[in-house]
Amino acid sequence: MSSIPIARRGDAQTPAGRGSRPAGARRRDWRMALEIVAFTAPALLLFALFVVWPILRAVQFSLFRWNGFGPLVDFVGLQNYASVLANEVFTDAVVHNLIIVVASILIQLPLGLAIALLLNRRMRGQGLLRTIIFVPYVLSEVIAGVVWFQLLQPGSGALEAMLGLVGLEGPYQGFLGTPSLALPTLIVVLTWKYIGLAVLLFLAGLQGVPDELVEAAQIDGASWWRIQWSITIPLLGPTIRIWAFLSMIGSLQLFDMVWILTGGGPANATTTMATFLVNEGTKRQNYGIAAAASVVLFVIALAMALLYQRFVLARDVAAADVPRGVR
Amino acid sequence: MKTVRTLSLLASGSLILTLAACGGGDGEGSSGEEEGTTAGGTTITWWHNSNTGDGLEYYAQLAEEFGEEHGVTVEVEAMQHEDMLTKLDAAFQAGDAPDIYMERGGGELADHVEADLTMDLTEVAAEEIEQVGGSVQGWTVDDRVYALPFSVGVVGFWYNTEMFAEAGINEPPTTWEEMYGAIDQLKAAGMEPISVGAGDSWPAAHYWYQFALRHCAEQTLTDAVKTLDFSDQCFIRAGEEVERLVAAEPFNRGFLSTPAQSGPTSASGLLATGKVAMEMQGHWEPGVMAGLTEDGEGLGDKLGWFPFPEVEGGEGDPAAQLGGGDAWGVSADAPPEAVEFVRFMLSDEVQRGFAERNMGLPTNPNAGDAVADPALAGLLEVRDSAPYVQLYFDTAFGQSVGGAMNDAIALMFAGQASPQDIVDATQAAADAEG
Repeated sequence: MSSIPIARRGDAQTPAGRGSRPAGARRRDWRMALEIVAFTAPALLLFALFVVWPILRAVQFSLFRWNGFGPLVDFVGLQNYASVLANEVFTDAVVHNLIIVVASILIQLPLGLAIALLLNRRMRGQGLLRTIIFVPYVLSEVIAGVVWFQLLQPGSGALEAMLGLVGLEGPYQGFLGTPSLALPTLIVVLTWKYIGLAVLLFLAGLQGVPDELVEAAQIDGASWWRIQWSITIPLLGPTIRIWAFLSMIGSLQLFDMVWILTGGGPANATTTMATFLVNEGTKRQNYGIAAAASVVLFVIALAMALLYQRFVLARDVAAADVPRGVR
Repeated sequence: MKTVRTLSLLASGSLILTLAACGGGDGEGSSGEEEGTTAGGTTITWWHNSNTGDGLEYYAQLAEEFGEEHGVTVEVEAMQHEDMLTKLDAAFQAGDAPDIYMERGGGELADHVEADLTMDLTEVAAEEIEQVGGSVQGWTVDDRVYALPFSVGVVGFWYNTEMFAEAGINEPPTTWEEMYGAIDQLKAAGMEPISVGAGDSWPAAHYWYQFALRHCAEQTLTDAVKTLDFSDQCFIRAGEEVERLVAAEPFNRGFLSTPAQSGPTSASGLLATGKVAMEMQGHWEPGVMAGLTEDGEGLGDKLGWFPFPEVEGGEGDPAAQLGGGDAWGVSADAPPEAVEFVRFMLSDEVQRGFAERNMGLPTNPNAGDAVADPALAGLLEVRDSAPYVQLYFDTAFGQSVGGAMNDAIALMFAGQASPQDIVDATQAAADAEG
């Protein structure tokens, strides 16, 4: 199979040595190069302007002590990095991010899978149920955050009222105000918010599981559980892997929900790298420190993304390449 | 399978874009402000934080009045206080600041002046500066005045007179011993004594400032603002007092995540709706509370005020007050009409209207008697008889040091910092500033 793409490339580059290529082929090469440049230039330009340039600027800022006004003059070398990495609030934030990465995948994967498998069966009200599961994901993060904030209010919140009905009392500082409970509470809200995406992706992936395989297994006498476990879930593998990737990146960058629910508090119990850098930057005007933290976040996210692509997604990507050549 | 690649591209793309958004502005200083001479005449932009009730209406009306009189368009943007501060910082960095903005003085103003972002008003508003008198001190850098204070107040306890009476407290406490007694009485009556918006950290920090003001001699504080040296033992004693107060559990349930003044479940909202008996807050409190109640009245005539009680053995003047205020600043490249506008805002008429609506404490002496609310009038008296008004520490020290100090104090409210930790964190931030 792998010979097919090579054969296709062959019509642009003749197998013979460079010097002996006919003039017509060379002209076609030029035209092709020109086409490539013309078609990619706008995208590359935007990429350079809005991605590469800001990253380079952030690196530049991170080498200066700067309060946000006036020119960059106070060069401090790597001192901002040293102070960020030595700052307990930041290292705690990294830990919080990693906890959220792991918890999101560990909770949402089985839960999302279970819901997707259930919703994939023919049943009454299927469309409605799918919508209900997916609505939180569509809802604006800010609106969802404010609603949860009010639900979780100590004393007056709806959750506390419900607890009261069964004779329980919420924690004194509330779920968001108790340092040991704030992060778990945040994870519950995040699960509620993002489970819809997992379910949606899994449902889409399930449509790609061929009916023949399921039918064949049924004829062989396999139970529903057996079919899910041995056929559906393995075939869902690529979808699960790409979802986990999205979830991981989202968790590393997590900002808005935390900012609205807790602002990183209480006692820095829910700080993430993103809330740390926003706090240092816009609140304290330590833009050099904030830039250094953003570069550290960038490096961590990039490293995790590349490792994931290299070791987990590589299979899927390689597999994806081949059929493209054939079609 | 094509989707796999598309999705992963999308994912990395959004990752990078989000990061890029955190990059920050360009350091070019002010460049914008080219709106100006369009066909409709000059447009001046004005940002303020009176975003509720009467205040919002009054300011909109003033903008229109001034606009008609001077043939300009005043574009008003009213924002919630915290939102305004964030937006203002961003606007300054982008060189796109509004023509008229709220300047809080202290370290922040010094930064703005150093970066040439704000206009020197010493000559162009000499008349108003003269009239306001000593209050302009907080907005003066090297003998030049950069903003006109329109409201200067002090921080004290706002309380619900009805709840105090119900708990059997006849006179507001004047010493901390009496205060602890009052707290016990309120608790015994089944009430939550004090609300504090520790979720925003600065309302919690104000307690430490107040105790420091009572424990530190004036000279120690003046020196600390200049030298950023916090080694005096009085700062430790301030922390010990806060520790003792937190241990007495006078605060509302969930105070660690309670916001200062946004929504009915905020610290101000709890006082306004009769859920707690008192809150320590600035002079803006009646206005904020009015916006947080359905009838727009706040606590109405049930509202009382008393200054921060005295401590035993403090080196500070017991009559000294913690306070600060708001001033109208004009950005460096604003049109001359903007200066006219801030002068208009300081006029007798506007300041009287401002006072009548309980929007703050007027700095124009001809407007003092227009303060309608008896609680605010009492506060004005305390302000005017104070030997000195110490600017809020976070404002005085600037955001970098002030932010570190506030966060450390908030940690103490969560039981995670000692008096020494607060001093250490503040000193470390001060040293890092160099």
